[in-house]
Amino acid sequence: MTALTISLVLVLLLVVFGLLFRIQILTAIFSGSTNREIGTSNRVNALLMLVFMVVGGALFFYSFVQAYPKMNPPIASIHGHAMEKMFWTTMVVIGIAFVITHILLFVYAYKYQHRDNRRAYFFSHNNKIEVIWTIIPAIVMATLIFAGWKAWTRITGPAPKDAVVLEVMGKQFNWLVRYPGRDLKLGVVNYRLIDASNDFGFDLSDKASMDDFTASEIHVPKGHPVLIKIRSRDVLHAVYMPQFRVQMYAVPGMPTRFWFTPTTTTDEMRAKLGNPAFNYELACNQICGLGHNAMKFIIVVDEPDDYQAWFAAQKPNSQNADLMASFKQMSKQTGLGQGGSQEARKSSINETGESPATMPLSAQSSL
Amino acid sequence: MATNMTGSSQAQGGIGTAAAPATTHDDHLHEHDHHDQHWLWKYVFSQDHKMIARQFLITGMFWAIVGGALSSLFRLQLGWPQATLGWLEPILGKWVVGGKIAPEFYLALVTMHGTIMVFFVLTAGLSGTFSNFLIPLQVGARDMASGFMNMLSYWFFFLSSIIMFSSLFLETGPAASGWTIYPPLSALPQAIPGSGMGMTMWLVSMVFFIVSQLLGGVNYVTTVINLRTRGMSMSKLPLTIWAFFLTAILGILSFPVLFSAALLLVFDRSFGTSFFLSDIYIAGQALPNQGGSPVLFQHLFWFLGHPEVYIVIMPAMGMVSEVLATNARKPIFGYRAMIGSLIGISLLSFVVWAHHMFVTGMNPFLGSVFMFLTLIIAVPSGVKVFNWLATLWRGNIRFTSAMLFAIGFVSLFISGGLTGIILGNATLDIQMHNTYFVVAHFHLVMGSSAFFGLFAGVYHWFPKMFGRMMDEKLGYIHFWLTFAGVYLVFMPMHYVGIAGFPRRYYAWTGFDAFSQFADLNKFISTAAILAFFAQFVFIFNFFYSIFRGRRATQNPWNSTTLEWTTPIIPGHGNWPGEIPAVYRWPYDYSKPGSDKDFIPQTVPYSATPESNLPYEQELSE
Repeated sequence: MTALTISLVLVLLLVVFGLLFRIQILTAIFSGSTNREIGTSNRVNALLMLVFMVVGGALFFYSFVQAYPKMNPPIASIHGHAMEKMFWTTMVVIGIAFVITHILLFVYAYKYQHRDNRRAYFFSHNNKIEVIWTIIPAIVMATLIFAGWKAWTRITGPAPKDAVVLEVMGKQFNWLVRYPGRDLKLGVVNYRLIDASNDFGFDLSDKASMDDFTASEIHVPKGHPVLIKIRSRDVLHAVYMPQFRVQMYAVPGMPTRFWFTPTTTTDEMRAKLGNPAFNYELACNQICGLGHNAMKFIIVVDEPDDYQAWFAAQKPNSQNADLMASFKQMSKQTGLGQGGSQEARKSSINETGESPATMPLSAQSSL
Repeated sequence: MATNMTGSSQAQGGIGTAAAPATTHDDHLHEHDHHDQHWLWKYVFSQDHKMIARQFLITGMFWAIVGGALSSLFRLQLGWPQATLGWLEPILGKWVVGGKIAPEFYLALVTMHGTIMVFFVLTAGLSGTFSNFLIPLQVGARDMASGFMNMLSYWFFFLSSIIMFSSLFLETGPAASGWTIYPPLSALPQAIPGSGMGMTMWLVSMVFFIVSQLLGGVNYVTTVINLRTRGMSMSKLPLTIWAFFLTAILGILSFPVLFSAALLLVFDRSFGTSFFLSDIYIAGQALPNQGGSPVLFQHLFWFLGHPEVYIVIMPAMGMVSEVLATNARKPIFGYRAMIGSLIGISLLSFVVWAHHMFVTGMNPFLGSVFMFLTLIIAVPSGVKVFNWLATLWRGNIRFTSAMLFAIGFVSLFISGGLTGIILGNATLDIQMHNTYFVVAHFHLVMGSSAFFGLFAGVYHWFPKMFGRMMDEKLGYIHFWLTFAGVYLVFMPMHYVGIAGFPRRYYAWTGFDAFSQFADLNKFISTAAILAFFAQFVFIFNFFYSIFRGRRATQNPWNSTTLEWTTPIIPGHGNWPGEIPAVYRWPYDYSKPGSDKDFIPQTVPYSATPESNLPYEQELSE
């Protein structure tokens, strides 16, 4: 019944609209305004241009100021601070260009509206000003490119030798994380060895993988470089950690990496934000299927001492009976993972292609 | 209406010969029964560029409504994630489960919205319509170089449309891996339901679409090069033609690469190859594929995908230049710089594709190179904007509906283009990649502004297309609602993006980091849905005016270009007699000394001694 009423109302509204439209046309014809080439509406539109600029500009400014405190995710990495500065500097530069060009656009539109007694100024080109407004943007762009390039090279450059290494693997629809264990070497994995108890596909014939361990949260020490090795075992995913300004795709068959230095522990950030429930989050930022928006993982930034304690308390693969049993079975079934560590490493398609940290976190060496 | 269209066999005989007979006689042909056949060749399998243009336009409008409606649906989900949408069940059936839009349907919606808008509306609907309509009319040709290929171009597009539209009704749903269809998600049906039959139909449809684009593109380029009328040198072409010409070249060079990507993906999907697949364990099974690279696909895709955004925007730029000059009653400022910047943009568009891939694991050195090349594009784009502004300066502006949309285009192009400077910077893209900042950026700079170019074109050339005028008042209402609507949608979307909200999320509720903008998303959704409904003002105006609009005069905008020298309703062959020759550039508006404020291209310098510039005076002697 309601649906019927609503559709009736809609139909009536359309009829009313149609009638008004017809009346408008007829009155226009009778008043003769259709014969005048340029009438009142030209002045109205010109004025609206100005109104749009003023009202629109004010609304934009107001909403921006309102939203500003909410639109900056807290920053917790060294390069994040540099990026933030570059972002807002660039925003100011483009903001200036935005304001100037829009003022010119709307003011010209208003000011040079049609007048019967005026004639447009025949002005087809002027090489001098054209050169000027080509060169100025070119210089501004060159500056921005240079700053961006320098930062980009630094951020994507090789990780410091003493970086803490961990590996994140994306799958539909969650993240898996492993650490290299006490030998600080990530062991060999092979996707063909994956099964329910061996999510990573550890090849346990490689000694280096025996002391690897998996974790249900990412822990990283504050103030120490962290190298995240990234891979995917099914479709594309992207490791996105907004507070650390970190993003890198997880690509099946092609390991990727990203390193950063966290600057603020979770507890410090909780205190700073006044939000005891705050957590650093890892999200997936490349469409990966139905659960794309559910791939949340918690990152905990610890004081180095706490990190060390957490690290020491983890249970290595060798103590995981389910995993060992699963590996034995899969190894028999597939004929893989029987070649001993050196050979396995060589034949492994999943080798991350980068030697793990050679210099451990100073605290780790005492473990 | 019937009398508008021509296509008698006699007229066809006249194509390409300068002294074609008058073709306005076929009004009466239509009245006889034995011309039933003609009806089919006239309206359906027409080889007349003007009819093909109208076919592209109407099909494009159909697609735009579909694409817009899909976006309204997913904006409902994003604005009101907790709402019960049971009332949609009668329309959407099983895609609404317990009052909720199903997640797989949500992803299908965003995928199809993107595909439809980019390819079917803004490529085929925009460039297909106006390249077809304007190239022969503005260069002074009787028709396209090959009318038959031109007809095929439309029908391949039609076939492609049918296939894509049918895929919306599949049991497993249409393609749902994003309009960029990155494998492995798009390659493996076990990864997402849409990658089954839906993806197959997407690929088949896209192959036909590419064929259509290539047939059209070759035709446009050939026509512009070979069929210009006497005196129409390349430096006398209207900027519209330059834009269509370069657009067609971009299409010819880049669409084949998408074709190869699609083909390889078909191989991976159906024939067990591993171009894009490697080391995959999915649905409890390790796949045998080894050695492929998903990043390779992205390179191939964006080698088309980036020129594609210029394929979308350049025709709009050309038409906007034309509309601005005509209605400011001023020559376009810096005609040669405008051509130069179009050429610059075209060249650069081929060497910037990997700025879509800064964080895909591509070698960071490549990232530096592509950042450099990408940011250079700001320079020719800036030149265009400044030239448009200078064109308005000291003009005598008539605010026709077309002019309003042209000014709106410049505004949107600036607003959206500037944020490209952020995204083109690899460092800043680390944070912004795939967030709503990107969504806001490209919807302004190539989505909305291309739409504005399209509207400007329709309002401006409607009299030539249908012999009648569109209603100006409705045009004003349409413009102001749309202009305000677009900004209300996409300005706040930047805020959401700066906060890091990822795109293609069904809901953000799972994350604390993305929980602060629920109200803003509601606002954006409301504005988007209202702006969508405002388009029906245009639809009404369009169809009403075809049948009942005010009758047009021959040159309603007092324009200088050739199309306005044809009869009000040009017949097949466009000019009843000889094709007029061209003597001057297309922007002689308000020339000092001339008593009228425009001098058509067909007026020789010898006829206008009072307004000739010194070098023109020499030419006339």
